[in-house]
Amino acid sequence: MDFLDIIQILDSSLRLATPLLLACLAGLFSERAGIFDIGLEGKMLASAFLSAAMAAYTGNVWLGLLAGVLASLMLAAIHGVASITFRGNQLISGVAINFLASGLTVVIGEAWFGLGGRTPQLEGAARFHEITLPFADAIRGVPFLGPIYADLLSGHSILVYVALACVPATWWILSRTRFGLRLRAVGENPAAVDTAGISVVGLRFAAVMICGVLCGIAGAYLATALSAGFVKEMSAGRGFIALAALIFAKWRPWQALGATFLFGLLEALGNRFQSLELMGIAIPTQFMQALPYILTVVILAGFVGKAIPPRAGGEPYVKER
Amino acid sequence: MTSDGNPDLAIELRGISKAFGPVQANKDISIQVKRGTIHGIIGENGAGKSTLMSILYGFYKADAGEVLIGGKTTPIPDSQAAIDAGIGMVFQHFKLVENFTVLENVILGAEDGALLKPSLAKARKLLTDLAQEYEMDVDPDAVIEDLGVGQQQRVEILKALYREADILILDEPTGVLTPAEADHLFRILKGLKDEGKTIILITHKLREIMEITDTVSVMRRGEMTATVKTAETSPEQLAELMVGRKVLLRVDKVPATPGETVLSVRGLRVVDDQGVERLRGIDLDIRAGEVLGIAGVAGNGQSELLEVLGGYTQGTGTITMNGEQIDLTGTASDARTRRARGIAHVPEDRQREGLIMDFGAWENVAFGYHHSEPFCRGLFMDHGAMRDDCAAKMERFDVRPPDPTLAAKNFSGGNQQKIVLAREIERNPDLLLIGQPTRGVDIGAIEFIHQQVIALRDQGKAILLVSVELDEIMALSDRIAVMFDGRIMGERLPDQTDANELGLLMAGMTGKDAAA
Repeated sequence: MDFLDIIQILDSSLRLATPLLLACLAGLFSERAGIFDIGLEGKMLASAFLSAAMAAYTGNVWLGLLAGVLASLMLAAIHGVASITFRGNQLISGVAINFLASGLTVVIGEAWFGLGGRTPQLEGAARFHEITLPFADAIRGVPFLGPIYADLLSGHSILVYVALACVPATWWILSRTRFGLRLRAVGENPAAVDTAGISVVGLRFAAVMICGVLCGIAGAYLATALSAGFVKEMSAGRGFIALAALIFAKWRPWQALGATFLFGLLEALGNRFQSLELMGIAIPTQFMQALPYILTVVILAGFVGKAIPPRAGGEPYVKER
Repeated sequence: MTSDGNPDLAIELRGISKAFGPVQANKDISIQVKRGTIHGIIGENGAGKSTLMSILYGFYKADAGEVLIGGKTTPIPDSQAAIDAGIGMVFQHFKLVENFTVLENVILGAEDGALLKPSLAKARKLLTDLAQEYEMDVDPDAVIEDLGVGQQQRVEILKALYREADILILDEPTGVLTPAEADHLFRILKGLKDEGKTIILITHKLREIMEITDTVSVMRRGEMTATVKTAETSPEQLAELMVGRKVLLRVDKVPATPGETVLSVRGLRVVDDQGVERLRGIDLDIRAGEVLGIAGVAGNGQSELLEVLGGYTQGTGTITMNGEQIDLTGTASDARTRRARGIAHVPEDRQREGLIMDFGAWENVAFGYHHSEPFCRGLFMDHGAMRDDCAAKMERFDVRPPDPTLAAKNFSGGNQQKIVLAREIERNPDLLLIGQPTRGVDIGAIEFIHQQVIALRDQGKAILLVSVELDEIMALSDRIAVMFDGRIMGERLPDQTDANELGLLMAGMTGKDAAA
């Protein structure tokens, strides 16, 4: 494996890590505010479907993105009403959203397009295309740094850069703004927020809606940038992997970047080395492709140190009595 | 509706009512609090004091009635409205974000702008000034969970002052404090009063009311029964107003006649899940017919001592019961074996450890002994026998209402405690472990429980009493051991010591330190 191979693997890791990163940051906002969200998967799927459908109808990928985000926001609102307003169980609400998205996308897709749940192939302006960063071609010749810039950093869709920009933005919002302070407080001790005269319900809804927007972008990326159209169940458990990454990252944005990139790398390796021989033993393709999921189980089983979730996480806020 | 009140009154409540489901927590309550005074509100647990103050702070909404602040009708729909009206509240259970710093907690909700940096800088300056003015030393950068409860309480007070509160409500502020910390708190409160602030102090401790308040209002069963000048009343009169009948504040008892040593503990150590040593070598003896009281601030190893003796924590060292050594780590170290040895246990937290709240009283009365006669016949439980037994116990212990099928959660704190006590005492143990026997129990029931403990002592049983209420320890114990940081700091006889000396021991200072 030479240097260019490594660059290529990293390049594809970045592509594959992007939806995970967006979903992970989405979960981060929600969970730091005390609302567990296992419905990331469903929101991504709904957004993937509606963004692809809209892009196919209008031929405009930006309208597709907007539709995807709206779809995700709608599911986020359902989660908010169920778990914040009516103080329902957050896990059950999340499961319901996943089922809802999984069923509705296929049924509506078949009704609209009659392609067995798929959307038509997206082409031209109906897709996000790779953009080349300035001077990429000029610098390519520079040893070592040239390929890193031109082949690894340059040449991704705009949403990849959006996702990367979300990392420092999330960090800044959480640690440097009033909104961030309140958001973290409501996930740790909502009673403190309530007695300080701030609306617990308002804050938690804001967090859940931000989660909806980010999941929406993640879903649109899947269907209109990473692939060229919607395929049924195309989120393929990425929402759950993002949750594992969130725990791995201990609910912190920079660590979330690292964790999701690790998952992206495993997926990229699985894709590249379909058949691999290690010390004379043939490693089955299925094993390579299962790597991210195996890591998820390992992380969720708590093998990577103690991760302390936000203290009020998962608990609806009820005043005493 | 705007009605004019007296502007000299910081707060006037008119006809406040509040119901939680079928429970009427506040019934048509009216009260007037003069500006610049310390106004006490006293009442038994469940009398509705905290509910009333939570309504004033906008935490609950009243069903009826109006609030006047400074003579003007002021609707308080939420806490923000209360803060705007100049009201600050220190809750019994602090409302702090545990992993935030002091500074972050103080500014939460009272930030100056969308960005934190300028708010924090301004708060730091103001906080240092406030802390100096009222001698409330706290490090603005300390994380709350690293602070002691006394310091956390100061953060709560600073929070209110930072929001420029003129009226400060404190709900049972001394429950978690050592006597010295409580004295410090009262000095702070007096300083605030001298500044012209109005303070409302909610408590069930008569001593505090007499010590610090100017006026006192008494609540009973959701109603305001009287408001009197503190200088013109007495503890006896207040107790009578709280309970509605004459109450014996002292415990009448004859001197103990201790017999043989029942329990002997040597070098007892307990390490908790986090690897912290909670008991660091405890030695103690309890003889038949005496009460050994363990005094100390909560969290200094008393709970672990009860747990290891009661058989649900493991430890090292030796414990001898009636001359036989007790297994501390093996298969016979469980609570069932302890019970068989004659150790009965009234746990500190009756709602979590003493009772199953959703189960009926008749089931709760059998727990721990459910596998033995008369509750059990072969493989099956004898429900009839359990119910009859429960009814008999309820009568002897004056449990109200005397309904064996009622779930434990539907009894008041005092009656729950009587159920646990009936279960443990009626099995005729040699040793009774009893933790916080009167926490959350009303005065009338306290009197009864204290009489039961002394009666058991007079039957020649050994009793280990753990309590954070120093008055209770002083009243019941024949000997007092003070615990601090997992050790016993010293033993005293109740008639040869006082709250000051015990308070110093509770703070970890021996006689020598105090003299130096």
